[in-house]
Amino acid sequence: MALDKRTVARIASLARIRVEAEELEALAGELSQILAWVEELNAVDTRGVLPMASAAVSRLPMREDHVTDGGCREAILQNAPKSAKGFFVVPKVVE
Amino acid sequence: MIAGRTGAWEVVIGLEVHAQIISKAKLFSGAATDFGAEPNTQVSPVDAAFPGMLPVINRVCVEQAVKTGLGLETEVNLKSVFERKNYFYPDLPPGYQISQYAEPLARAGRLILDMSEGTTRTIGITRLHMEQDAGKSLHDQEPGKTHVDLNRAGVALMEIVSEPDLRSAEEVGIYLRKLRAILRALGTCDGNMEEGSLRCDANVSVRRPGEPLGTRCEIKNVNSIRFLMQAVDYEARRQIEILEEGGRVEQETRLFDSARGTTRPMRLKEEAHDYRYFPDPDLVPLLLDPAWVEEIRRSLPELPDARKARFIKEYGLTPADAAILSGEEATARLFEAAARGRDPKIAANWVMVELFGALNRKGLGIENSPVSGESLGRLLDLIADGTISGRIAKEVFAEMAETGADPAAIVEAKGLRQVSDAGAIEAAIEAVLAREAEKVGEYKSGREKLFGYFVGQVMRATGGKANPALVNALLKKKLAR
Repeated sequence: MALDKRTVARIASLARIRVEAEELEALAGELSQILAWVEELNAVDTRGVLPMASAAVSRLPMREDHVTDGGCREAILQNAPKSAKGFFVVPKVVE
Repeated sequence: MIAGRTGAWEVVIGLEVHAQIISKAKLFSGAATDFGAEPNTQVSPVDAAFPGMLPVINRVCVEQAVKTGLGLETEVNLKSVFERKNYFYPDLPPGYQISQYAEPLARAGRLILDMSEGTTRTIGITRLHMEQDAGKSLHDQEPGKTHVDLNRAGVALMEIVSEPDLRSAEEVGIYLRKLRAILRALGTCDGNMEEGSLRCDANVSVRRPGEPLGTRCEIKNVNSIRFLMQAVDYEARRQIEILEEGGRVEQETRLFDSARGTTRPMRLKEEAHDYRYFPDPDLVPLLLDPAWVEEIRRSLPELPDARKARFIKEYGLTPADAAILSGEEATARLFEAAARGRDPKIAANWVMVELFGALNRKGLGIENSPVSGESLGRLLDLIADGTISGRIAKEVFAEMAETGADPAAIVEAKGLRQVSDAGAIEAAIEAVLAREAEKVGEYKSGREKLFGYFVGQVMRATGGKANPALVNALLKKKLAR
């Protein structure tokens, strides 16, 4: 599957990655090659094989319904670009 | 059906309800879920999406969702898959919401609407899935800034999607009330719309009867049942107007403006949604042990529909009355306390007429009723044993609704005890008949309708306290002479 420049531009915008117009051509080529490489897997006959979600665990581990975390506002907010009165503060997003 | 200028239109509505699961901790983290906590005090590094943090699912949240699925008569899928729904917003730190998409927890259920005429309508439930809530954004704290509180981020939600089976704002109201009653009976969601633990988006379109579905608009931002009904009504009329003018309805998301009672398009046209769902590599599929699902099924409490059927069978109520009294847990409990060991139809009437009337006048919900089922029952006992008449009972009830006092105490304090002393009543009758000699003459010459007039006069003479049955009997005897 080959990607065109428009698709690459769209993927970049959805992922909030800035890509300059002159980079699109090269990126389209690279991404298409990656897809082509992955598509080689289509050659394998997987009829009757159940999808494997993980090599490590087969069953979703569960936690009990206990409050064991939180109450660490200062630590959490340390990574905020800006904070005030216990809130994260970001440039205004309008709804 | 709404009548337009050019003929009838059918309104088609499907609802997406987000119901917050009752649990102590969040869906994938150990942070607390309490409402109204100080901002960002219930946030774990998982909720704030710190690098390397991994989600671990809360067993109780799964159990609650399964329970709800069973309560809505869905098919619970023994395998379901968590996926990432990708979008950017400041109150969604990871840049994706963990949700279920292609393989939800449950599908194909139903919810029965109890219509006002006593009939029912079945509405399909398309699916029920689990997902995380986002944080809360406040846009009005500081100019040019948005403040973000992540306390809600990661709290467990159930998204419950209906088929586009609803046909009017009234049905929307009935659906939501019924769903809320079921969730509350199950104990899986508190149903509090003001606090946002139950939120609803509506997909509304209109069409000519029998024609294919029209273009729909999604209405968001509605936080009460009444507003949702208003929004649906407004939106249907708006679309009909456009179509009757020869225009076309644009598919879009609209917000409800409760101050104006209108809907308006969201200011920012979102880029066509492209959430790029894919299975969350941090979470293997959720496999449910069939024995566990069965155990949950056996633990289900009595739900409104079963209770309605029982009220019809056990108490001999009409389907319409049974629906009203069984719908809400609190109403059902109050009614049963009043009806137990008494005439259930009389109890039903008192609850629906006097009690609901009083609550309406006071603007109170049934949960805050000043009159309990037990004390209403004691009032009914006072009528049944002849201590007071039905008419006086209404007076006593009004007092109970005001003060919450016990009926017997009110009867004693106000001297309302019914006069069943035949001698006293006979005296009152004789006084009335002596005064009304002319009318007695008319009565004896055939104007039998006057009997009621005499009863009224005797009741008045006794301050309404005379035993009406005794008055009737004694009056008949006297007049027959």
